[in-house]
Amino acid sequence: MPAGLIHSYHPSASRYDEMLAARARPRPCWRAFAERLEDIPEEALLRREKFVRDAIEADGVSYNVYSDPQGNRRPWELDMLPLIIGDDEWSRLSAAVAQRARLLNAILTDLYGPQCLLAEGLLPPALVFGQHGFRWPARGVHPPGGVWLFSYAADIARAPDGRWWVIADRTQGPSGSGYALQNRIIVSNAFPDAFRELHVNRLAGYFRTMQESIARIAPSDDETPLAVLLTPGPYNETYFEHAFLARYLGFPLVEGQDLTVRDNTVFLKTLRGLRRVHAVMRRLDDDYCDPLELRADSALGIPGLLGAARAGRVLVANAIGSGVLESGALFGFLPAICERLLGEPLAMPSVASWWCGEKPALDYVLAHLDELVIKPAFSGMRMNAVFGSLLRGEARRRMIERIHAQPHAYAAQEWVRLAQAPVWQRRHLQPRSVGIRVFSCAAGNGGYAVMPGALGRVAPHAGMEVISMQRGGLSKDTWIRASAPVHNTTMLKRRLGVNDLVRSGSDIPSRVGENLFWFGRYTERVEIGARLLRAALTRSTSGEDDAGQELAGLLAAARRAGMPVDGPEDEEERGEDRPERQIIAALVDAARPGSVAANLRALAFSAGQVRERLSSDNWHALNALEQLLASPIVSVDQALSAIDRIMQSCILFAGFALDDMTRDEGWRFLILGRRIERLERLAGLIPLPATGTAREREQMLEWLLEAADSIVTYRARYRREPELLPALHLIVFDHANPHSVRFQVDTLREYLALTARELGHPCPSPMIEPLARHLEDFDLRRFEDSDPEAALDALRVLLAEAASAAQALSDEIHRRYFIHTVRPVLLRRMP
Amino acid sequence: MSADGAVRYLIRHDTRYRYDQPVGESRQLMRLRPRELPRQHCLSHTLEIDPRPRHGEEYVDGFGNTVCSLHFEHEHDILFVRAESLVEITPFVPPAPGASLPWERARDELAYHAGRGLDAAHLEAAGFLFESRHVRIKHEFAEYAHADFPAAMPLLAGVDRLMRRIHREFIYDPEATGISTPVTDVLVRRRGVCQDFAHLMLSCLRSLGLAARYVSGYILTHPPAGKARLVGADATHAWVSVFCPGAGWVDFDPTNAHIPTREHVTLAWGRDFADISPLRGVILGGGGHEPEIAVTMVPEAERAVLHPESRPPAAAFPPTAQTAPPA
Repeated sequence: MPAGLIHSYHPSASRYDEMLAARARPRPCWRAFAERLEDIPEEALLRREKFVRDAIEADGVSYNVYSDPQGNRRPWELDMLPLIIGDDEWSRLSAAVAQRARLLNAILTDLYGPQCLLAEGLLPPALVFGQHGFRWPARGVHPPGGVWLFSYAADIARAPDGRWWVIADRTQGPSGSGYALQNRIIVSNAFPDAFRELHVNRLAGYFRTMQESIARIAPSDDETPLAVLLTPGPYNETYFEHAFLARYLGFPLVEGQDLTVRDNTVFLKTLRGLRRVHAVMRRLDDDYCDPLELRADSALGIPGLLGAARAGRVLVANAIGSGVLESGALFGFLPAICERLLGEPLAMPSVASWWCGEKPALDYVLAHLDELVIKPAFSGMRMNAVFGSLLRGEARRRMIERIHAQPHAYAAQEWVRLAQAPVWQRRHLQPRSVGIRVFSCAAGNGGYAVMPGALGRVAPHAGMEVISMQRGGLSKDTWIRASAPVHNTTMLKRRLGVNDLVRSGSDIPSRVGENLFWFGRYTERVEIGARLLRAALTRSTSGEDDAGQELAGLLAAARRAGMPVDGPEDEEERGEDRPERQIIAALVDAARPGSVAANLRALAFSAGQVRERLSSDNWHALNALEQLLASPIVSVDQALSAIDRIMQSCILFAGFALDDMTRDEGWRFLILGRRIERLERLAGLIPLPATGTAREREQMLEWLLEAADSIVTYRARYRREPELLPALHLIVFDHANPHSVRFQVDTLREYLALTARELGHPCPSPMIEPLARHLEDFDLRRFEDSDPEAALDALRVLLAEAASAAQALSDEIHRRYFIHTVRPVLLRRMP
Repeated sequence: MSADGAVRYLIRHDTRYRYDQPVGESRQLMRLRPRELPRQHCLSHTLEIDPRPRHGEEYVDGFGNTVCSLHFEHEHDILFVRAESLVEITPFVPPAPGASLPWERARDELAYHAGRGLDAAHLEAAGFLFESRHVRIKHEFAEYAHADFPAAMPLLAGVDRLMRRIHREFIYDPEATGISTPVTDVLVRRRGVCQDFAHLMLSCLRSLGLAARYVSGYILTHPPAGKARLVGADATHAWVSVFCPGAGWVDFDPTNAHIPTREHVTLAWGRDFADISPLRGVILGGGGHEPEIAVTMVPEAERAVLHPESRPPAAAFPPTAQTAPPA
């Protein structure tokens, strides 16, 4: 054992220590764990520490930090030592949290309803109407089952006398229960024996209660209720948790654009069509939920959600407007309100607080600034808590001025010397300030269930008072010991399929299909663009006579493909070095629409939206390409080598898509996207100019075959210079050439049929069938006739038909599978 | 005019959005139905909407305004909404300003004292005491207003002075401000339109601790002598209403420096414009959609002005012999 691990732990005497009581004796609920800890050799502890770190890495547990310039993902910080709480103490704590949840729900019901609390003077109007948290549009909403507050979390901590106090209420969409669960999975595996022998309460039952309550409370109209978890998206600080909880609960993880409201009913847009949503568990702040009635500039919300809630057609958990209670200024009023609304005393005190909007309180705060923590009265205010004792000189004067100017916007709290607990750091136990977040959810019967566990929150540094995950705090698993062995249930072992709530994995949101579709299109667009530019670059530096002619044709083709290169009319202004310069710009300048760099950026965006479906290799390759194009590329050699790397990565993406991705409904759209893009590009590339001699045209075939990635096949087949008929046959009509028009059309027909069959509704593609017929019927012997021009004209018509078929099909797919509108709308993401 | 001096107005309010690209889906909230009030009755209200919405319903918002919620699902380039209302107003005799209570007493009555209850009127007023999107509570507003609120000044007399001073010191200038001009800028630049003056006056009153709300509606305009009334030349109007304990809510129109008595029609009220804009919506697709708005408010006797080319919608406005337009 590390000699005297406990013995060398020196908690501050002026605080409550979670582990040690007086004379350094472990508290009863800790004793067994402390003894075990002493018995574990140091190397074994270090192994466990590594195990915890590795598990976090492997599971990809992260917490996004907005202010972090090093990208937005940071590994979750977890101390391997649990926090332990005994059975008796916990039953008091959890009862108090459940009571507080009932109380807060009753307050919300009153504030958005009759407002007795205001009429009776139990709550100052300023704390309701004077803050942005009160949502006027939510007045008159009657949530299903009277549940405003479906889930609630309390941040609580212990004062030196050992009593627990509420530090903060989380009432909008409390985060942390998923992290608590993840912590449990890791820490219980780091100390499996102790975990078993200490009879630690399991967490799974709580989440099952949550599922069952949602099903019970949601307005189901006798349908099997579908619940979704609404996230602001991957950039949110707790996105990892949203994804984790959604998987665990079996709820589709959705963003606002995945949902639509029709006839006051919420629907999920899936590849199979619209599915009614009965409950929305949201992790989106109140104000962002519905741009129609709340913040108009919110792109994250669902227009009409509040209307659906008003019509009682959906359970929004928590109800829109519940953020009004995330105000520390309310604390002082809660004891009287609890007596009034629940007829019982408030079980757990809040930390002593003063709302400056009351004159006596304001006077007290200004007189005792050094002993207090100054906080914004309302959650929406941009201000961090400030310790009065740390305010000096000018800063102190300014703070006092601000409080005087708007006293009702400030509250002060007693500075509680938080309890401490040991954390494992640098091979020792170190004391750190600690608090816990306790979670509860409506139990469907008017009461609340409390999770028998908690998210332990630890200050980042010794002696630091503020616990904040945003500021780099640690977390802990919290073990609640049961008096008897606990029933072993887990939801993780069971695959998706818990209760009736869980749908099959086929509810793939349309957004996922759409982004895969564009991932496919952009991969192809990048690849073809790069290939064209490579062909152009090699000719721009070639000394051969024909090169100039070929280059002009190539640039014209690139322009037809939407790339930012000049037309022939600009040719005269061009200096000697212009072609290379503009070709390189078309490669690297992301500000120019249609450049390879711009398309790569769009590709990366689409990829980012479906990140969980891509391998990390793909992801790294994409990042590397973006960095490559951001590095200075000036010479032709640099450009050519960049193009080579782009082509390699494109092959990697294509290979991954074919070999490694799960072939579900979403995957099909990636392939459709690739084929549609290739069809459209080929159809735009091939038409040869009507002018020019037959000889000049044949010169163009060389680069055309190259750009269409068919030159190798051509040479292998014919072993001679390109000629019109065989070249056109290869890139237009050949069934077997994956780079021919014909091949794209055949594959598209095949996949469209499959997709239509799988997704249960037909995708009429009115232009693809005739196109296939026209390709089949085209008589290549016309090129042997005396008038090849007539044959070329007919081919041009056919290719124009192919280009419009590709566009029409893309629009049709959007309409039918992604946005679910009935009537046609014009959709183009890019030129 | 009826026996009690009631007057009737016919109001036509047209809104036309022209989108430069087709809009695939659109949701609109409209607050176009005049409120029912003791001195104002909406005798009829019709809406004409093109294209036809897929879904439409009415509900009452948190301020008691009727909202019409519409959902369009078919692609369209133009959204046209015509609201026509026939409203009867009983002229209002404003309370003598000097007879109202001292303004500090009104302020103190509205301030919170632990355990002191609020009656229904004071509770309603409490919703209009604080900052909102377009209304700020700041020293500069209180300072601006103080000249009109010396100690013990009767509340309504003070508000009346403030209204007249705003009218005197601020220039009506549609070019000076936009919808997002902060009210603090309006105070500095001393220019704006009715909405700005209303927000400014609300900021002054709330900065003093008084309860005041934003009222949107219509005002009768008078064509120059000898000229015919122009159809569609009016606009929606905005003014403020102040809570005076004992007397209730009293309207003040800072743009015109008078207390509305018989020529204002109230559509809706809220903390400020953001709460109650007459039309608010979310569209998918489209773009460049500043609406064209045409409002015409006429005394009922002049209703022919509104229908020079056709019969009035019979269902909405029962024709009478003397007002029937030429066929």
